[in-house]
Amino acid sequence: MSDIDEELRSELQRQGIWVTSMQELYNWGRKNSIWPLQFGLACCAIEMIATAASRYDIARFGGEIFRPSPRQADLMIVAGTVTKKMAPQIVRLYNQMPDPKYVISMGACAISGGPFKQGYNVLKGIDRYIPVDVYIPGCPPRPEALLHAFMELQRKIDEQKLTGAGKAAHLDRTHPSEFPVPAFGAHDLEPAANADVFRPMKIERT
Amino acid sequence: MTTTIQTLEPAERPLQIMSSRLEGELLEVSMGPQHPSTHGVFRMNVALDGEIVRKLKPVFGYLHRNHEKIGENMSYLGSMPYTDRLDYFCSMTNNWAYALSVEKLAGIEVPERAEYLRIILAELTRLQNHASLLGFLLSDMGAWGTPLMYAFREREKILDLFESLSGSRMMCDYMRFGGCRVDASADWLAGAKKIVDAFPKFLDEFEKLIVENEILIARTQEVGKLSADLAISAGITGPMLRACGVNYDIRKVDGYGFYPRFKFRIPLGEHGDTYDRLMMRALEMRESIGILKQAFEQIPEGPIMNPKVKIRGFRPPVGEAYGRIEAPKGELGFYLISDGSPNPYRYRVRPPSFINLTILEDLCLGHTVADVMVILGSVDIVMGEVDR
Ligand code: SF4
Repeated sequence: MSDIDEELRSELQRQGIWVTSMQELYNWGRKNSIWPLQFGLACCAIEMIATAASRYDIARFGGEIFRPSPRQADLMIVAGTVTKKMAPQIVRLYNQMPDPKYVISMGACAISGGPFKQGYNVLKGIDRYIPVDVYIPGCPPRPEALLHAFMELQRKIDEQKLTGAGKAAHLDRTHPSEFPVPAFGAHDLEPAANADVFRPMKIERT
Repeated sequence: MTTTIQTLEPAERPLQIMSSRLEGELLEVSMGPQHPSTHGVFRMNVALDGEIVRKLKPVFGYLHRNHEKIGENMSYLGSMPYTDRLDYFCSMTNNWAYALSVEKLAGIEVPERAEYLRIILAELTRLQNHASLLGFLLSDMGAWGTPLMYAFREREKILDLFESLSGSRMMCDYMRFGGCRVDASADWLAGAKKIVDAFPKFLDEFEKLIVENEILIARTQEVGKLSADLAISAGITGPMLRACGVNYDIRKVDGYGFYPRFKFRIPLGEHGDTYDRLMMRALEMRESIGILKQAFEQIPEGPIMNPKVKIRGFRPPVGEAYGRIEAPKGELGFYLISDGSPNPYRYRVRPPSFINLTILEDLCLGHTVADVMVILGSVDIVMGEVDR
């Protein structure tokens, strides 16, 4: 269904007939109306607001409507330091978002703990508990960087398949859309990371 | 419940039917940490009687980033970038407060041009902080989007100045013990002057929109009243204290930096309500513009760093010092104890917005739950500083 002959398509277009596939149409609609969750954690959130405000204007990319309720949001921008007190709430918010949902991890803190990595109360990366689609380095990343991440996410959505073996995760019934919420243990959050989600980089030394 | 259905005769109905039915039964609502108007991750446990707030318990710590503990394990200079992230709207004033305390601790002099640059940057910070506060406060009140867009338009101009000077929009890391990191060129000063000269136009426009706005007056006047006595005994500082009519501004009281050389007035409120707190910001911005104009005229040529300061292996003598400045949100102080080693023995931050937040319950009691957001917005908090 996605293999349309490009020549035929352009020929038809010249005749005033527009041919597309269900998948293209569906992805086109989805990628141009990503509603982010209005959810700020720390300094990076101010850059997120700046991205939504007058100069950078994320509305040009279809992301203008920041929804305060997770039930109406497609994208969670984790913008700021995730503390151990806040991490369960973030996982809960993620679980409350309807499928399909995406996560951008904005800034050094959300990626790895950033400058506050030594802190006893700082989670060393939100990807321990929820799957992250795009990472943006920076402290804070500039609004342009967030827009770039947004465009990367649009590219990713554009490539998602509706059917077949490699179909998108949210269409795959075996794929979980909710993840266990970590609990406060005696010393730390338990579990320290969700093994189904967290895939730390392996450093190979030769 | 034992209420039986009443007859429909209006005269027989007990008055205040709502409150009598709910008597003794308070509804507990947890607002936050994910809430569009809590300015970050702040939570309030509110007990409501109908719509009226009867109890309010703030819950802190969702952004506790161990700033002070990290500061004790860092060299003195190593903490400077961390101070940017305290109140992330005002990195310049945070830098200044920290530099001031270390300079006090080690007895460092600052060259004249650096002092002027500090004043210019601190007042620019005040402008952009107050402008964004007004935008946020109005969007908390329901004017969703538009005022914030105007405020951020102005803020971006000032951030451009910060960026061209220090290399970063928000986390400037600009001040050093005994001076500043980079000098401002004549072009930069001219550009800054242009932006400052154009700023009153924005203020005029903004004030025209808000000062006599009926909705704004209804939502803010007589809401969240703070008495001067309570404010003083709770240690409130900054525009919040001055909105109650207490004349206390550290720029005048301490006269740190070169502030005594400048002519400016301290705006004072009368009622201590949310409206006064809002207007206090608008008036302070005008005074800041006046200070900036004087600074652009007076700034001398010269070095910006004290050459005697050792950057590497900086060890202040044994002792303690408390340095404070008038940050846009109130008194920002750093208390440092040195044991002669390269790290401070104790590093303590006195954050203005945390202490201003302690009286939130007193301000909110008796008001409706929708007013809580407005009152919280007028306190002007930043969670990075509250939780540290
Ligand atoms: S990455 Fe930097 S700017 Fe972003 S939240 Fe962390 S400390 Fe703040």
